[in-house]
This record gives sequence, structure tokens and C-alpha cells, in this order.
Amino acid sequence: MITFILRRVMQAFVVMLVVALLAFTMFRYVGDPINQMVGVETSAEQKEALRDRLGLNDPIVEQFFHFIADAAQFDFGVSYQFKQPVSELILTRMPATLELSLVSAFLALAIGIPMGVYTGLKREAWLSKIFLTVSLIGISLPTFFIGILLIFIFSVNLQWLPSFGRGEVVTLWGSWTTGLLTESGLKAIILPSITLGLFQMTLIMRLVRAEMLEVIRTDYIKFARARGLPDRSVHFRHALKNTLVPVITITGLQLGSIIAFAIITETVFQWPGMGLLFLQAVQNVDIPIMAAYLLLTAFLFIIINLVVDILYFVIDPRLRVERSGL
Amino acid sequence: MNSTEQATERQSAIRRLLDHDITYSFFRSKVTVIAGIVTLIYFIATLFAPIIAPYDPFDLSTVDLLDSQIPPAWMANGDPRFVLGTDDQGRDLFSAILYGSRVSISVGFVSVAFAATLGIFLGLVSGYFGGRIDAVIMRIAEVQLTFPAILIALLIDGVARGVFGELDREQYAFWILAFAIGLSFWVQYARTVRASTLVEKNKEYVQAARVIGIPSLVIMVRHVLPNVLGPVLVIATINLALAIVLEATLSFLGVGVPATQPSLGTLIRIGNNFLFSGEWWIAIFPGLVLAVLVLAVNLLGDWLRDALNPKLR
Amino acid sequence: MISINKIQVLYGKINYNTLRNLLTRTGRFTTVLLGVMLVSQAHANTLKYAFQGPLNQLDPYSLNETFTLTTLSNVYEGLIRRGPDLKIEPALAESWEMLEPTRWRFYLRKGVSFHNGNAFTADDVAFSADRIRSAQSGLTDRLDPAVKVDIVDDYTVDFISPTPNPILYYNWSSWFIMDKEWAEENKAVDVTSASDKNQNFAAFHANGTGPFRIVEHEAGVRTIFKKYEAWWDTPEHNLSAVEFIPVLSSPTRVAALLSSELDLIYPVPVQDLSRIEANEGTRTLTGPELRTIFLGMDQYRDELLYSNIKGKNPFKDNRVRQAVMLAIDIDTIKKKIMRTQSTPSALMISPYLFSGSTAFNRPRFDPGRARSLLREAGYENGFSVELDCPNDRYVNDEAICQAVVSYLAHVGIDVTLNAQPRSKFFAKVLAPGGYDTSFYLLGWTPSSFDSYNVLHSLHSCRSDTGEGSPFNLGGYCNEKVDELAAQILSQNDIEKRNALITQAYELTTMDFAYVPLHQQRLAWGISDKVSVKQRADNGLIFNYVTIDN
Repeated sequence: MITFILRRVMQAFVVMLVVALLAFTMFRYVGDPINQMVGVETSAEQKEALRDRLGLNDPIVEQFFHFIADAAQFDFGVSYQFKQPVSELILTRMPATLELSLVSAFLALAIGIPMGVYTGLKREAWLSKIFLTVSLIGISLPTFFIGILLIFIFSVNLQWLPSFGRGEVVTLWGSWTTGLLTESGLKAIILPSITLGLFQMTLIMRLVRAEMLEVIRTDYIKFARARGLPDRSVHFRHALKNTLVPVITITGLQLGSIIAFAIITETVFQWPGMGLLFLQAVQNVDIPIMAAYLLLTAFLFIIINLVVDILYFVIDPRLRVERSGL
Repeated sequence: MNSTEQATERQSAIRRLLDHDITYSFFRSKVTVIAGIVTLIYFIATLFAPIIAPYDPFDLSTVDLLDSQIPPAWMANGDPRFVLGTDDQGRDLFSAILYGSRVSISVGFVSVAFAATLGIFLGLVSGYFGGRIDAVIMRIAEVQLTFPAILIALLIDGVARGVFGELDREQYAFWILAFAIGLSFWVQYARTVRASTLVEKNKEYVQAARVIGIPSLVIMVRHVLPNVLGPVLVIATINLALAIVLEATLSFLGVGVPATQPSLGTLIRIGNNFLFSGEWWIAIFPGLVLAVLVLAVNLLGDWLRDALNPKLR
Repeated sequence: MISINKIQVLYGKINYNTLRNLLTRTGRFTTVLLGVMLVSQAHANTLKYAFQGPLNQLDPYSLNETFTLTTLSNVYEGLIRRGPDLKIEPALAESWEMLEPTRWRFYLRKGVSFHNGNAFTADDVAFSADRIRSAQSGLTDRLDPAVKVDIVDDYTVDFISPTPNPILYYNWSSWFIMDKEWAEENKAVDVTSASDKNQNFAAFHANGTGPFRIVEHEAGVRTIFKKYEAWWDTPEHNLSAVEFIPVLSSPTRVAALLSSELDLIYPVPVQDLSRIEANEGTRTLTGPELRTIFLGMDQYRDELLYSNIKGKNPFKDNRVRQAVMLAIDIDTIKKKIMRTQSTPSALMISPYLFSGSTAFNRPRFDPGRARSLLREAGYENGFSVELDCPNDRYVNDEAICQAVVSYLAHVGIDVTLNAQPRSKFFAKVLAPGGYDTSFYLLGWTPSSFDSYNVLHSLHSCRSDTGEGSPFNLGGYCNEKVDELAAQILSQNDIEKRNALITQAYELTTMDFAYVPLHQQRLAWGISDKVSVKQRADNGLIFNYVTIDN
């Protein structure tokens, strides 16, 4: 078991190194960093001096080593646009993104699971058909289009909810900001979290439905029924419980995806999180931010993956062979 | 074979197709039939866009600014020349949507084809050779699977902007986009093909072929591919819908195809600026067209998956 | 009411206690939550406004751009300032006089203190003069390197220039005076640049003498200004605080104003003006703006970049430049894209800034003549070129560029549009990017509100790297214009000066040095409870804002 975990950690480490190499290549070769830094009237000599001072003339291997050493200390250099350390920018933006992602994930679970159970149990009910149709539309309408429509209806025409931003935020524990404790903050998160959560919600609904359909066919459930247990007990204590393991795993893995899709939602709603920062960096070729975001999200995803792997291993020994064989 | 035999052969082939499970399930569901028809209409319309479209929206010398912001023909101030009205530059919206769907669908197809080719190839290699190559490929696949497609596409686009900055970006935008989207989809194909390859590899006919000296890889390709065709088709259909949405999203975010060659996403991005000022048609029509297209393809994908996976029926 | 401290305490406990504990506290927690929710934004007289771009950094010498500088003018002040009508007013200098044609004397205001409490003296002026002329500065044009700054006493400073310069101080309303001690203490003597390994303090802290001080600045998210009680002047405003939020997407900005989340937004997309007018509780404020939008063409390189024509540069031919001018129907652009919110321009300067401009007329739209000019120049098959265009800088910039592409296609010039966000656009076309453009759209407001700036900054000959006139991207060069500009600079007599300016503009329009398009109109959307004096440079000056609650 320890060898398995060690091997997984080693692999994760190698993957991280590869991602770091990618980020470094991007940082070093995409556009000339010097031209992004200098003013209108900088002479060629000044540029060369700057190049020297920043170590851009050192051997490449040495530069890469420095890059990794800096990144490990959470130092990603200075943003071209904001002339501010990237780590600082990301740290101040992170709470907004995490808050939005978690609220969306919660919404998706809280609405998606019941809908999935219902549609799984009552396949032919008209409500099930409506749910399924809605879920198809949810998957087919692009996130940004949903966001635009929601703003158009609820902010501009009905004027019920704000169209952008986080509202008023409160600072907790040093630098963590939250909008969940103020009225304007709560109002502000409604539309973005619906926009972001809709896709996941439909996904969860369909997943739960499929799992339910499958579980209900199993002998285990048939047997429970045969024993004369009431439907309610069979459905919720036996069937749903069995579907939840894959659902929660997938939701966990999807958390990364939610954070990534937050890029779109944050752009539409001008939500001041990491996604908006990243998108503006892509548009402005602000390489330090792009490199840092790449490294950070990679780190996050790899950790999530690692944890899921190890959990699987611990929980279900059957999976050991299969997964380690992959 | 004489002609009657040929005819019977053909007839029975058709009958076999009609009697087949999949065909049956297709015609059994009205929704699927409609989705199929809609998709077909889209493909035909975009394929023949230059013939159907009254104007060529890419030819800027035919566009007249004086015609801009004309509402759809049935509204007051509408102009019968422009059925769905015009955009802010005076382009006929109907033509722009036709050409836009063409761009969107092309990006979708090219990226899916790219992803499928890459995925099938890597899956075969991985499954057949096993060992270290297999481990490396599957490790990459697993890592990539954790990276959402949109992120990969954005990063590739960002890098491409830096690299091609000085070159004519418009020329490359389409390919960069298709490549970026395609690269984020290959894993599913690779996994499916690999699993199937693993099963086939140890079957007797492969062993036998190996004995008589036929390169077993050739056999693999010949036998594995037909087996995985079904699942690959399902993945491809669902991916096509995803790719179209992804392309629209990237173009909406302003990192996709340029405004002079608008895809549906670009049209929505432009139209979004006019949503409050009353020119709703510039955003809403492309939005609806996009939604219907994706919905139809999704429905087809759903049906294919259910049809090929009898367990759920 | 519950203070934030209490929430912190409560959250701290939740953080460390067990789940069971949390459940027993849920009741109390809900009360707390409700209490907090009642704390709405009850700050008295806070102005919340949005602009289309972020305030990237606070160093007043790093970016020569109107929005950054006018916003910072609420925090920093120069020796002079511009009033609501843009007339020069005394600010940190009480008065000034020309002792001799080459020596200006400025008498500084006494009793002025910076936001950190330091007194303002002549030392600060000398320090700021050095700093704005340092290598990393983006505003070197505010003060010529040859001008000597001479401290006479604590409140008197002399400026000695090698040649007479009657308009020396005209663009000093955006040369802000910084506190020498503050800059030295915080290691912010050098102008901020991205090459700093350590963060430069001046990039996100400000210490000026103006009516507002910055209490919070989160780049790209928001900036909060508080009233500076010890300001030397009597405030016209009745604000206690101002919150600035960059809202990049125009529809979002408009939506936020319509739903009264914001009190003021600018710019308003021209197509949304009527909607804001029709909406209850909001109105629009429009007026002429001084910025001239124009097209520039590379007349410097011997071979055009990004073109199918090899070995020569079509834009070097006067007829080609004239053809570009004639091919564009500026009146239709005004009507359709600008929705009448623009004034087509014959000159590279607004008529409000040059009284002689009435003598100039824009050539009429004439695609036929444009085509024959191209034929005469040997381009009967046209040629291809790339147009660089910002897509988030000027009113409908990208749409204008698209229209230009379309018009030029009609006469056979095949233009590829490269529309980018402004930071990328500027990085490409300006000197640091090596003037990497053959054809571009730009806007220019002379910082001195005077023609000399236009002639010098946009029309003087330059070298490869931009010495002489860094913003003359296309490298237009006519020595006669340079000579006239030098005469204009030192001419004291208004009549004679205007005559010289007219002469210079006659030369540049005959050369078709640029293709001026129009002056866009200011378009702000404001809530009915706000009143503001709109300044023609599109700057929002908080001191001119009052708000009724």
C-alpha cells in the first residue's frame, strides 16, 4: 500500500515537473518578456542591461531551475498588465472563485440529485420528461448564453438581481473575503451560481438517473423488494445510497471543471475571481499570470486526482488491480 | 453475380439495416427522428451555404454600412432583402448565420476528426504494445482528463497568440481553434480503443495470425477498429456537440475566430452589444440556431448511446 | 448592529469547533447573519462608477493615457490644473510669470500637505521633475530634458529652457507632484516598471495633495477613494467616498446603471443612449470630446509589412494615402456606427482646440476618384495590408475598423483586420514593439490642448527607434512642418502663431499625413441623483460631482 501511494506521489511529482516545463517554455518563449516591460523610450542598451539583470541571458537549464525554485516559493514574477506580483493577484482573487464554485457545486447537488432520483424512479411521469428536456436544454445552451439571458431578464428587465460583481464583501481571517454575509453579496451570487451550476446540475441529474436505473435492476434491490420492504425504504436507503458513491466521486472530480468553467461565468458577470484574471491575461498575453494559473490549477487537479486515487485504493480493494493497471 | 442477385443482395442489405435494432430504436422515437432531420438540414444548409445564402458576408466589398441594423423582414422598418435583418456592419444576418454555422460545424468536425484519429492511434499503440509506452500514454491521458477542455483550449489559444502574434492570425485562427479543441478530447477515444485492443490482443485469431507471420498490428487494426466503431461514434457525436459549444464559447470570449469571419459564437458576442438597444435579433437568432443545432446533435448522441448500450433501454 | 469583529470571532469558533457544536449554534448564527444582512451600503454619499477599463496601476508617471491620468488627478495634483471648461487654473502653484523668454518662475502654494501629512515644497517639484524625465517614465513629453529646474527658495521654482517656450506649462495639469520623502522612504524613486523584481510601492499606493485619497486599490477589481479632509481648496463636491469598478463589458455596464447598481458609467455605447434616457431614474450626458480618431499609415519603411506588395511601400505614395481618405464614407460611419455621436474631422485636432480649423474641409467621399488614384499610382489590382485596431479603447473602435476594411475593399485595397485589446495593441504599434504596424487606428488628445502638441507628437520626423517624435508611428516626415513647429513653439503672438499653425496644417493635409476620422462625442450615463460637470477630455473629476440622497 505504501509503495502504491509512494508511486502515485512520484508520478504526480513528475507530472507537475512537466507542467512546470510547459509553463516555463511559455514564459520564456512566447513573446519577448523584455518588450512587455519597458517604456516608450528605452534604448537597446537599457534593454540588454535589463535582460542581464533578470537573468534572461543565463543558461536555459539554470533559468528553468530558478523558475521552479521561485514557483515552489509561490513567486511567479510580476504581471505585465498590473505591475504587481502575480501571487498576490491570485491570492486576492481566489476567494471569489472558490466561493462561486462551491455554491454552484452545492446547488448542482441539491437540485440535481432529487431530480435524478425522481426521473430514475418514475421514468414515464410527465414531470420526468420535463426534467429530462430541461436537462437537455441545459446541456445544449452554452453557459455564456444562459448568463446573458439571465442578466437580460432578471437584472435589466425585472431589476431584481445585480448584473455584475460580488456586492459588498466582508473580510475574514486576514485576507479571505466573502460576499456570503451581506445582503448585496448574497443577491450578487444568485445569477452567477445558477449559470455556472446548471451544466453540472444536469450532469448530476443524468448520472443519478442512470445509476438509479442500473441499481434498481440489481438482485440486491429485487431481493429487498421481495422481502416486502416499503418502496420508500428501498429507494432511499438501498438504491440511492448505492448510487451516491460514484456521484460524489464524479462531483469531486468535477470541482476542477467547475473552477475552469468559472472563467466564462466570471467574464459574463464581471465576477472578480481568478477566471476573469486568467481570461484577461490570455487576451493581453500576460504570460506570468497564465503560467501561474496553469501551474496552480494543475497542482489543484493533480492533488484532487491523487486523493481520489488513494481513497479508491483504501475503500475498494477490488479497484487496486484495475486502476494500477491503467 | 447477375443483376437480380445484386438487386436481392441490395434489398436484403437494406432490409437488414431496417430490421436492425438501431434503426428500429431510431424510428421508434419521434424526438430522435426530428433531431435527425434537423441535423441533416443543418449539414445540407451549411454545406451549400454559398448557394443558399443570398449574400456572401465574407466579401466585404458587397457589404454596405448603409444597410446596417435593419430589423427582420416581418417587423416595421424591415427590408425584404434581409429576412432576419442585418448586423451592425450591414451584413445580412441570415447569410451570416449560414456561414457562421458553417464555421462552427467545420471547427466541430475538424476537431473531432483530429481527436478521434489521435485517440484511436494512441489507444491502439497503447493497448498493443503495453508496458512502458502504455503506462506513459495512459498517465498523460489521466492527467489530461482532469484538465477541463476549456482550459486546454484557452491555453493553446493564448500560446498561439503569442507565437503567431506577428503572422496573419486570421489565417490560422480556424486551425488553432480546431487543434485546441481537438487536443482536449482525444483521451476518451484512446481509452475505449485501448480497452478493446486489450481484449482482442489475446484472442486466438490474432495469435494464429502471428504464427503465420501476418504482422499482428495489421490484424489488430482490421479487427479492433470495427469493434470500437460503435462506441467511437457515440463519443464523436457527443464530442461534436461539445466542440460546437466550446468553439462558440471561445469565440464569445473573444479568443476564437475573428469578427471578419464570424462563427455563431462571434455573432452572439457582437450581438450582445446590441441587446439592450433594441436590436435583439443580432444576438438572439444566432443563439437560437446554435442551441437548436447542439440540442439536435445531443439528442442523436443520446439515442446512439442508448441504442448501443441495451442495458439502459 | 453587529460588527465585523464579532463575525470573525464567531467564524473562528465555527472553524475550530466540532460539527455538533456548530449545530447548536445555528440559531445564534442565523441571528448574526440577519444582523449583518441589514448592514447595507449605508455609507453617506458614495459615488459608485464604472469605466470600460481597469485602473491598472497608480504610478502617475508610468502610463500616458487619459483615463489613468484624469482619475489620478483626483488624488494627485500638478502645479496647474484644468477647470470644467479646461481653462488653466492655479493649483499647487499660486501664480507664475515669465521673467525672461527662457525663464519661467512659479510661486508655490503654501500650507499644502500631502495625504501622509508631509508639507509640499519646492524640493518635491524638483524631485518630480527628475522622476518624470527618468528612463522608465511614460510621460517624458511633459518636461523637456533640456529644461533646468532651479529651486529659488522653498516656495519658488524657476524653469529655464534653452529656447523660449510660452506654452511650457500647458500640459502640466497631468504632471503630478509627488512627495520626495514618501518616494524615498518607500523606495519608489524609480518609475514603476514590470521589470521590478520587488513590487514598487508607488504602483499601488498613492500619496498626493488632491481632494481624495486612495484607501483601497485592488488592481482590476476596484479602487476606493475617501475624501481628504485637509485639502487646501474648498470642495465643490459633497461626496464622502468614491468607489471605482472597472466593468469591461459594455452591456454589463449599461445593465448595472439601468438597475441602479452604479451611479455613473462611461463610456456608454452609442446604441444604448436612448435606452438609458428612456429608463426611469437615469439619463445621459453627452458632449463634444477633444480626442481625434484617425488612421495612420506607415510612410517610413521602404517595404510595407504584412502586404503582398514587395520591395516598395504603397503608403509612401501621396495618391494612395489620398485614396484611403476618399474611400471612407465618414458620414455613414457617423450615422450608422456612431449613431450621430461624432463630428467628422478635417484636421488632426478638434475645432474646439484650434480656432482656425473652420478654414479646412474634409474631402468628400469619392470611391471612384479613390479607385482612379490607386490606378494612377500603379495599384490597379489593389494591394493587401493589415490594419491594427484596438477593440476596447475608443467608442466602437472595432466596428469603425470593420467599416474601414469594408470601404477599402470597395476600392480594391484588401485589408486584414487585427483588432486586439488595447494593451496588446499598444505593445505592438508603439515604440517598444518596434512600430510593428503598417496601418493603424488611434486616437489623440493633445495633453497641452494645443496644436503644437499635435504637430510635434504626431507629425515630427523620427528615427527608427522613435527619437524626435515617439508617437509618430507611421514615421511621417516633412522638414517644413518641423521648422514651422519650432517657430510655433517659441512664438508669443497669438495671431502670428495661429497663422503658422494654419500653414503647418495646410502642409500636413496636402501630404495626407494621416486620415483623420472624427471626434467622438462623450457619452456618459448617470443616475438622476447625481449631477456632474462633464469635462471635454472625458475625465471624471470627483470635485465636480454632487449627489442627492
